[in-house]
Amino acid sequence: MLEISQLTKRYGQDDPVLTGLDLTVEGNSVVAIVGASGAGKSTMLRCINRLVEPTSGSIKLNGHELVGLKGAELRRARRRIGMVFQGFNLIDRLSVMENVLAGRLGYVSLFQAVTRRYPQADIERAFQLMERVDIAHYANKRADELSGGERQRVGVVRALMQEPEVLLADEPTASLDPRTSEQIMMLLQSLASELSLPVLINIHNVSQAKTYTERIVGLRHGKMIFDGRPADFTSDALDAIYGGIEAAQDEPPAPPAATRKHEAPHEPF
Amino acid sequence: MVEEQAERPADRIWRRYDRRQRLIHYAVVLAVTMAVVWAVHDIDIFWPWVWDAPNQISNLGARMWPPDPTRLGAIVAAMLETVHIATLATMLTVFIALPVSYIAAQNTTPNRACLWLGRFILVASRSVNTIIWALLFVAIFGPGVLAGILAIMFRSVGFIGKLMGEAIEEIDRRPVEAMEATGASKAKIIVYAVVPQVMPAFFAILILRWDINIRESTVLGLVGAGGIGVILQGAIDTFAWPTVATILVAIIALVLIGEALTSLLRRKVL
Repeated sequence: MLEISQLTKRYGQDDPVLTGLDLTVEGNSVVAIVGASGAGKSTMLRCINRLVEPTSGSIKLNGHELVGLKGAELRRARRRIGMVFQGFNLIDRLSVMENVLAGRLGYVSLFQAVTRRYPQADIERAFQLMERVDIAHYANKRADELSGGERQRVGVVRALMQEPEVLLADEPTASLDPRTSEQIMMLLQSLASELSLPVLINIHNVSQAKTYTERIVGLRHGKMIFDGRPADFTSDALDAIYGGIEAAQDEPPAPPAATRKHEAPHEPF
Repeated sequence: MVEEQAERPADRIWRRYDRRQRLIHYAVVLAVTMAVVWAVHDIDIFWPWVWDAPNQISNLGARMWPPDPTRLGAIVAAMLETVHIATLATMLTVFIALPVSYIAAQNTTPNRACLWLGRFILVASRSVNTIIWALLFVAIFGPGVLAGILAIMFRSVGFIGKLMGEAIEEIDRRPVEAMEATGASKAKIIVYAVVPQVMPAFFAILILRWDINIRESTVLGLVGAGGIGVILQGAIDTFAWPTVATILVAIIALVLIGEALTSLLRRKVL
C-alpha cells in the first residue's frame, strides 16, 4: 500500500509544483494520473522513489516512510519501487539481457554486476519475464536494435526484475505509436493483477486512462482536483484538469479580413 | 488607384545583424588585420637566407643522396624502441587519465574541490609540451627511455583526461536516472550507465593519442629521452647526411604504418 500525505515540492523559490497532495493506492489497483504538462505528475512519481527530493510531506510504502531516507537505506527502499520511463531509459550499447538484469543491481554485489555473474534465480526470473512479454528471443541483441514497443517492454521487465512492491510508470506510452501504446497499457494492466502490484501511470491519453485503469487522479497546478472511477470522469472533469474551453478563449480570434491584408501586403488588390 | 497605393504598407526592412553587431564585426576584422600587420612588421627575417633557400635545399639533398642503409639494423631497433615508448606511455596514461577525467567531469565529480583539482591537473599537463616534459625528466632520471615514457605520459594525461571528461559530460542522463531508480550504488551506476556510453569515445581517443604519441616519441631523442631521435641527433651532429636521410625515410614509413593501423583499428572498434 502506498500512502502519500501532504506532499509538497517546491523548486528553489518558485511556486510549489505540488501542494499538500494526498493519495493512497492499495493492493493491485492501476491508477492513472492525468494532467496538463507542468501539472506536477512527473514530480509526484519522482518524489516517490526520491529521484526528486520532496520539500515536505510523507510517503509510506507498506508502512515504511520513504521521505528522509539516505544512502544505503534509500537504495534499499528504491529496490522495492520499479519505474518505467517515457524515453525507456535503456542502456543502448548493452544487450537486452544486461538491461533486464540491471533491475537486480540493488541486490547483487559490485563484483557480480561487473562480471555479469548474476545468481541463477535472477537469470531464471529474467527469462520468465521476458517470455511473458515476448522478448526472450532478443536476450543477446543490443537494446538499441529493438523497436520502440519492444524497448518499452524491456523497460517494464527491468522494473519487474526488482520484485517491486509498487510500479511507477512515467508517460510509458508517450513515445510510442497508438497501437503499441495500447499494447503497453494492456500489459501494465494485466501485470498489475498477475503480480498483485499497485501501478501508478502518468498519462496524457485520457481515453487510454479510462480504458485500462480503474481509477483516475487529475492534477492541476500541483493540486489534486479529481479522484474517481473512469466512469465518473466526465468532460467537465476533463475541462477542469486541462483548462478546457476557457483557455482556448483566452486568445481573441483575429478579424479575418485584417489578417488577410497583413498576410499578403504586396499583392495588388 | 492612388488610394490603393497609399494603403499599401511601406516596404519592411529586415537585416540579419543590427548596427551594434555590425560595428563589432568591423572592429574584430580591424583588430585581426592590425595584429597580422604588426606581427609581419616586427618579426625579423633575414631575407637573403630565404632567397638562398633553393640552393641550400639542392645542396643538402645532394649530400643526403643516396640514403645510407649501413646502420639500418640500429635504426630499426631504435624505431621499435620509439613504438614501445609510445605504446607503454599510452597504456600507463589510461590509469591516471581515467580517474582524473572522472573528477574533472561536472556530472560525476564528487565535489567542487575535486573538480578544480582535476581541471588543474589537465591544464598543467596540457600546457607543457612533451619536449619540455622530456627535458625535465632527463634532468631528473638521466637520459634514456624512462624519461621519454614519463614525458609522453605527462602530456597524454591532459589530452586523454580532457577528452574523456568531455565524453562523460555529454552522456545521456536518462539511463543514469533509471539505474538510480533500481537502487544501484554509485559504482554500479558508473559501470552500467556511464561506462557503456563513453566506451566508443574512449577507444577513439586512445587510438588517436597512440598515433600522436608515436609521432611525438620520434623527437624525444633530440633531448636524450630515447628512441629514434637519439640516432637522428647523432647523425646530424656528425654531418652523416645519408644516414639522416635513411632515418627520415624510416620515420615517414613508421608514421604511415601507424596511420594505416589506427584507421583500421578505428573502423574495427567503432
